[in-house]
Amino acid sequence: MVIDKIKKLNVKQEEVVKNKEASDMLVGKWIKCDECKEILYKEDVHRNLNVCPNCGKHFRISSRRRIAQLIDEGTFEEINANMGLRDPLHFEGYLKKLESLVEKTQIEEAVQTGMGKINGQSTMIAVMDGNFMMGSMGSIVGEKITLCIEEAIARRLPIILVCVSGGARMQEGIISLMQMAKTTNALRKLNEAGLLSICVLTDPTTGGVTASFASLGDIIIAEPKALIGFAGPRVIEQTVKEKLPEGFQSAEFLLEHGFIDKIVERKDMKQVLGKLLKFHV
Amino acid sequence: MKKQVTAWEKVVAARQMQRPKATDYIQSIFDDFIELHGDRCFGDDSSFICGIAYLDGKSVTIIAQQKGKTTKENMERNFGMPNPEGYRKAIRLMKQAEKFKRPVITFIDTPGAYPGMGAEQRGQGEAIARSMFEMANLKVPILSIVIGEGSSGGALAICIADKIFMLENAVYSILSPEGFASILYKDASKCQEVAEKMKITASDLQELKIIDELIEEHKIETEKGFEKVSLLLKRKIKEQLEDLEKISMQELLESRYEKYRKIGG
Repeated sequence: MVIDKIKKLNVKQEEVVKNKEASDMLVGKWIKCDECKEILYKEDVHRNLNVCPNCGKHFRISSRRRIAQLIDEGTFEEINANMGLRDPLHFEGYLKKLESLVEKTQIEEAVQTGMGKINGQSTMIAVMDGNFMMGSMGSIVGEKITLCIEEAIARRLPIILVCVSGGARMQEGIISLMQMAKTTNALRKLNEAGLLSICVLTDPTTGGVTASFASLGDIIIAEPKALIGFAGPRVIEQTVKEKLPEGFQSAEFLLEHGFIDKIVERKDMKQVLGKLLKFHV
Repeated sequence: MKKQVTAWEKVVAARQMQRPKATDYIQSIFDDFIELHGDRCFGDDSSFICGIAYLDGKSVTIIAQQKGKTTKENMERNFGMPNPEGYRKAIRLMKQAEKFKRPVITFIDTPGAYPGMGAEQRGQGEAIARSMFEMANLKVPILSIVIGEGSSGGALAICIADKIFMLENAVYSILSPEGFASILYKDASKCQEVAEKMKITASDLQELKIIDELIEEHKIETEKGFEKVSLLLKRKIKEQLEDLEKISMQELLESRYEKYRKIGG
């Protein structure tokens, strides 16, 4: 019954929010939490940093909102915002898809990079965006992250890498794969320069991103219950021919197995990052 | 004139069980190979063969992915799909090579890193990332050779090198054509068709400047053919190492950085 009501309410929800500052979701008053199945008033969710007020599920958010949540107001300066579109393998239909996504999401690619302050501490930051081709890493994502790391080295600043990604972007083939090497090499350079890197892993962080920069921060933080892994759960299930146990590849699972330093709730993220930056000034 | 071979035919050739494996190259190119085992942490991964050997009297470290030549050996070697301990063994021995100033030669032949539960538990992603991270700054020359199937991050993990050679019928790709087709078209049977579009052959990759040199094969599956290829490869490896050792360490590391920095820049 309730579901029917929701469906009805959802009928008029096709219009995308035009106001960049507003919610990432389609217009409409209600959403259902995919974790606890509770019907939620969207305004409440929005005000609660896009975390379910009932069960604490951390919903995915856009890079724009993430930056607003983490960076001191008015201090964010984006770099390399306009890198154009690339289709290195001339892959059928890819350029068209990119063009339509740019229009739909109003962002240029699956990562936004820049500098800003967190509680007064200067930092470089790269924030991935899952709304753009599942946050997959193609040449522009790899290039922007590399440029951001190189900028951190040049300015002698720390860097925060906020990850959300389905992995390497298929349509750019081997060029995407090589972005893993490129970003890793850049992080190694940053490491040699004695500068701090912090990775923030959000739901989901998988594939080639997990197997490169996301796993290499001096400090690695994850949001609660974020899915983090190399192979996707479906691929593993096909390999081992059984269903994966509850919570496999969750942030909590990774903490238990020693692959992340800390799980931090979204409401505390800015404070924790601020403190970590202060330690390394 | 040689007949035009399609990308899919090369995938098939690269995967053939009778195609020469890393052990064949180790045996024919190097002397006194001593295999060294284990990651000093969890276990020994048999899909990786690592050790030290002489290349015409000069000591080198060999890091090789090994598929089986029989079904039995393939099962023992997990079909060439490494677990994290394989990459960690490779890292350990590359660091050892650095300590004793031995150049590193890696042989790439894998369908990809193993997507199993244990692999995830033990940090497959971290192991691959860490291997690249260490190679990025390893203070000895590194030479990588793609000899068969170079698939995904599992291959790239040991392919951060100063020079990359690739055999004519080997393939090197973001993912297997089957995996690629199933992700993009939800249909793994389109693999033959997508193989062409993926740009995975040695000649495509030379054009894209991903690899440095294509090594011609001369019927590699026959004894005579293999002898010819391994002799050629030996000469090329020697020449290349001699060239790389003339360069200062700083220059070597900078040009290794530039090599990858340019891709998709």
